This record gives sequence, C-alpha cells and structure tokens, in this order.
Amino acid sequence: MPYSVELLTELYRSMLRIRICEERFVDPINTREILCPVHLCSGEEAIAAGVCAALEKSDYILGNHRSHGHYLAKGGDLKKMVAEVFCRETGCSGGRGGSMHLIDPEVGMLGSAPIVAGTISLALGAALASSIRGDGRVAVSFFGDGATGEGVLCESLNFAALKKLPIIFVCENNLYSTHLPIDEIRVNRQIYQMGKPFGEKCYRVDGNDAIKVHEQARRAVELCRQGEGPVFLECLTYRQRGHVGPDDNVQGTHTDIRPAAEIVRWLKKDPIRRMEQHLLKQALLSASELEEIRSDVEKEVAEAFDFAMASPFPDRQDLARYVFSQDAAEAADAAKGSSFPNKQEEGPYVFTQ
Amino acid sequence: MSSPNRKLSYSLAINEAFHQTMEQDDSVMLIGQGVKSPWYVGNTALGLISRFGEARVIDTPVSENAMTGAAVGAALAGMRPVVVHPRMDFMLYAFDPIINEAANWHYMNGGRLPVPVVVWGVINRAGEQGAQHSQALHAMFAHVPGLKVVMPATPYDAKGLMVAAIRDDNPVVFIDDRWLYNTEEHVPEEIYSVPIGKGIVRRKGKDITVVAVSYLVKEALQAAEILAQDGIEVEVVDPRTIKPLDEELILDSVRKTGRAVIADGGWKSYGVAAEISAVIAENCLSSLKSNIVRVTLPDLPAPASRTLEQAYYPRAAEIVAAVRKALL
Repeated sequence: MPYSVELLTELYRSMLRIRICEERFVDPINTREILCPVHLCSGEEAIAAGVCAALEKSDYILGNHRSHGHYLAKGGDLKKMVAEVFCRETGCSGGRGGSMHLIDPEVGMLGSAPIVAGTISLALGAALASSIRGDGRVAVSFFGDGATGEGVLCESLNFAALKKLPIIFVCENNLYSTHLPIDEIRVNRQIYQMGKPFGEKCYRVDGNDAIKVHEQARRAVELCRQGEGPVFLECLTYRQRGHVGPDDNVQGTHTDIRPAAEIVRWLKKDPIRRMEQHLLKQALLSASELEEIRSDVEKEVAEAFDFAMASPFPDRQDLARYVFSQDAAEAADAAKGSSFPNKQEEGPYVFTQ
Repeated sequence: MSSPNRKLSYSLAINEAFHQTMEQDDSVMLIGQGVKSPWYVGNTALGLISRFGEARVIDTPVSENAMTGAAVGAALAGMRPVVVHPRMDFMLYAFDPIINEAANWHYMNGGRLPVPVVVWGVINRAGEQGAQHSQALHAMFAHVPGLKVVMPATPYDAKGLMVAAIRDDNPVVFIDDRWLYNTEEHVPEEIYSVPIGKGIVRRKGKDITVVAVSYLVKEALQAAEILAQDGIEVEVVDPRTIKPLDEELILDSVRKTGRAVIADGGWKSYGVAAEISAVIAENCLSSLKSNIVRVTLPDLPAPASRTLEQAYYPRAAEIVAAVRKALL
C-alpha cells in the first residue's frame, strides 16, 4: 500500500527520536548520573512508532518497563521524559517514578509499570471505559513475550473478547524474557495465536518494519472503532541492547545470554536503517533531507538532556506529596502527619436489634 | 426530606448508595463477580441492572486479577468504578492491581492522574465455611500507603461511606461484613456521605475505652450494656475508617478513661488492634492505668466445625472479659 511521504517521514522521525534519545542515555548510565533502572528499546522503535501513528491523541496507551518509545511515539513531552529518567522534579512523574513510570495523560499515555503484565488489565479497563461511554476511543496495551506467562493476560483476552472491547493487545516479542530465551519459557513461538481460542482477530507482523506495523495497526484500530475489537497483534522484534541498561548481554561476557552472531543478524534488520533505505530507494527523501531530520532530532534531544540535567531533584520536604489526590490544605496536613480534616456532618447512630 | 422513621438494612443501605450515586454521576459503575446474583452480593445490587443497564453493572467471569485491573484502568480513564469481591479471600488474586497499581499510581506518577476506584470486599465469616471463605484481610490493605480503608459498622455508615468512597479521588477499600447485612436502623433517604478518616463515639463512658471495628462495634455495645449492670461505664469508639485512622478521637477517649481494649475481627499479630495499641502507646502511655488488652481472632486459620468456630470468633463475652481484665 503506498503511503504519503508525510506519513513515512513522520514514522522515520518518530523512530529516530526514540533511538537517539535511548542511545544518549548510555553515557549517563555508565557514569551513574542516572541510577534508576533503564530498559532501552533501541531496535524496537518501529512498533511504538507504527502503532501510535495509527492512534488519535485521545486514544489510550499503557506501557511497561520498556516504554520510552511508547511514551514518545504517543506524543509525550521529550524533556519531561528525560528529566524523569534523571529522577528530577521537572520529570513527567515529578521524579517519583523514574524510567519505568512514564505518563502523559494529555496525550492518552495513561502510564507504564514494570510489573510484568500488570498494565494489561489497566488497558482493558480503559477500553471498558471507552465502551461504556461509547466515545470511540481505542486502548492499546504494550507488553512483551515475557508477559505471556502471566495469567492476567488470558483473563484479559477473555473479557475483552466477551465484551468486544476496543483494545489492541500489542505483544512486542523480542525473543527474551529478561535473561531467558523464548524457547525456554514457551513450548511454541506462536504468541499471536493466544487470542484465537477467545475468538479474537490475531496477526503477526515484522516488528522491525514500521510500515507493516503501521498498516496492521491501522486495520486493528479501524476494527476496534467499528466495534469489532479486540485485536491481538504480535510484532517480532529484537532489542539491540540487553534487558536493562547498556549491557548487551552477549555470551561470554558477565551477563552471558545472547550469541554475538544473533545480535549481528538483527542489527542488519535495524528498523531505522530500513526506513532510510526505503525513503532513499523510492526517492521520497534525499540524503540531505534525512540528514536534516537527524540533526533536528539530535538538537532536540540534546536540549532535553540539558534541561534534565539542569533541573532540580525533588525537595526532601515534598516526600509525602502525592500519596493521595487531595486539595492543598489537606496535602499540607498530610505532610505534617495529622489525620485528615473533614467537615462533613455526622449522623445518628442507633442500632436496632 | 425523608421520614425520620424510615429504616433500612445494612445491605439495602449499600444498595441505596449505588442507586443514588449512579443516578447522579454517569461515570459510576459496578463490576465484579455475582452482581446479578443475590447468592454473591445479597441484595446490595438490587435493581441496578434494570435501572442502569448491563454496560454499567457488569457481572464478570471469575477473573479477580483482570477485573480489578479493569476497574483500576477504567478509573484512570475517567470512570468511578466500584469493583466487588463478594468473598474477600478471592481478592488475594487482585493484590497486584490494588497494591502495585492503584495504591501507587498517583504517587509514582507525581500526582498526574488520580485513581478514583472503590475496591469492595465482603467478609463472610463462619457458617462452617472454613479457612478460604471466612478471612478478614483488612489489615493487609491498611498496611499499604495510598489506600484508604473503610469498615462501616452500621447501615447509616454503610451508605454514607460507600458514597464517600465513590466520590473520593483515591483508591478506597470498602470492607463490610456479611454478619452486618441484616442490621437495621434509620437511614436518611437523601444522599449523604460519612467523612473518610473520621471515627465516632458510639457510647460515652468514663471507666474504659473500647475501640471496636466493624461487627465488633455491635458486640462492644452489648458488652457495655452488660458491664453497665456492674456499674462499669464503657466508652465505645468506632473508627469507621481504619486508614487513615482517626487517632485524635481514640487518644482523647483513652486520655479520659485511662484504659483501653481494642476489638478487631482480624488476626492479632500485626493487625489493626496492634496498630491502634501502638498509636496509644506512642502518644499517651502516661495516661494508661493498666495494660492495653486486645480482642481479636487468634493467630490461626478459620476452622469449619461450629464448635471450633464458636471458640474462634470473638463476641460480646470476650469483650466483657477483656474489660474486666483491664480493670483488675
């Protein structure tokens, strides 16, 4: 299917922004300026970019521990994300969450969390809310192959199908569940077929091909909006980095997990390089135009890192802030450790036997 | 205005809270196993489906984890869901969405998104139901920052605290006890709320404070009647909310009486009675004229056989004995 140069450029820019940002985290992690665990998504950008480009701003997504890409592709503020990874007050979660808790409700990014499969049911609930209100919103749950071991996935698949909810279950299958290769956690690799017993439409797509991901995601979104959800979408991909931090988990090194030849094989399928080649081969963008995009993005990312590193850490006086949603006066009382003020009147209390 | 004589049972008071909040606010919804069936939820969901439809009153597969998660997710997306667990033993499957997700979400996201969900768990003690159909797990939830935990002891409070829980922007765990469902008292017809975090003195007395929670409030009032015959004036304090606890109300009473018995229908170790004892010890030890006495379940699983159950569940007699011990 032919796509406009604008859309392809958008996908390219979206992926590149994620990659450049992710790789920029490597140094500050190594120098321990960043302490919080960072799960880089380099190599998996096509999925976030392809899926989110099929969504409206008002649609919902929920992510996992590896969600920098999801947040950025959905339109989350770059500066606030970088600041959050540095655990600064200016971060999208005020430095209370770190890399694994990214949120931007204004663009439908309802949050992310590292409890494996823990946000699948939250996305289910967002889809349920949409279905009750009939507001046409679609919810996307991003999870990995590791999450297929969790029972809540099956519970959610069943309920979503039962109620025909507008939810897309996007499994980013990167072949590793932290340290374990997929064949050690499953008897087969056909993850996309998990939706079949529940009567769901299930697809598998090359997750390193942003155009293919996008095409499939658009179809899925359309189905959901027509009341024909849910859809299960497995995207085959590979993380270029290891499970957490910049360590590549290469066999023979300390973490000793992945064969070097396998990593090389997947680097050749780099989603960003593939898009560049497509754009050049089809003469949609010139080399200098690509370079211009890259230098724009590099500048934007550099500014975000400058912003983050210049931002203050949260004040220790604010330790107790945000435990509850409440008005300012109550927040002040809570910080002082007093009980909650409440002026509502009390009623009669008589027992009858 | 409602008739001052209108009486309502505890379970119908909860039902009225749903009717009125759902009428007022389209975002209020009820989800959970058995909402279609009095077998599960008694008459608390009476008439809700016919009035508000199956889209907002949702009976579910037996999937506590995903259904609770769905309620939390719907809250993130702007709804005000109540998710019911007709036996709170099964709620253990939902620890992840309640504790990891709902309780932490507002804090770990720097206050960006509130989680206005009510997780409603029913304690179904006794009836020879055994260890997995009888548990009172409220203290486990009260341990977790980010959750409010209410335990209404009366029909009036059941309605008012359910309304307050639904209106609250935070996750509230609403825990009631099936033993209370047939209790009746005057309940105003109009919608009202009982403040979360505020307890109440149920009976005034000068000799000893009995802090009692949930079904034990009723037992404590009976105990107070019995003790009054011996001239012992018991003050009965009902915290109504176990988190955040109305510490001042409890401390004021204990400072006045100088003695305290804590009655809670959960296990003894690390439980609500332990927490309240610690609050008293930390704040007004010098006011105490005798040791604090706890009346709780013993630290063992719920038995089935009725003879063992009678030994297991504290009632008014145990509170009477505890008061006498504290007054020795």
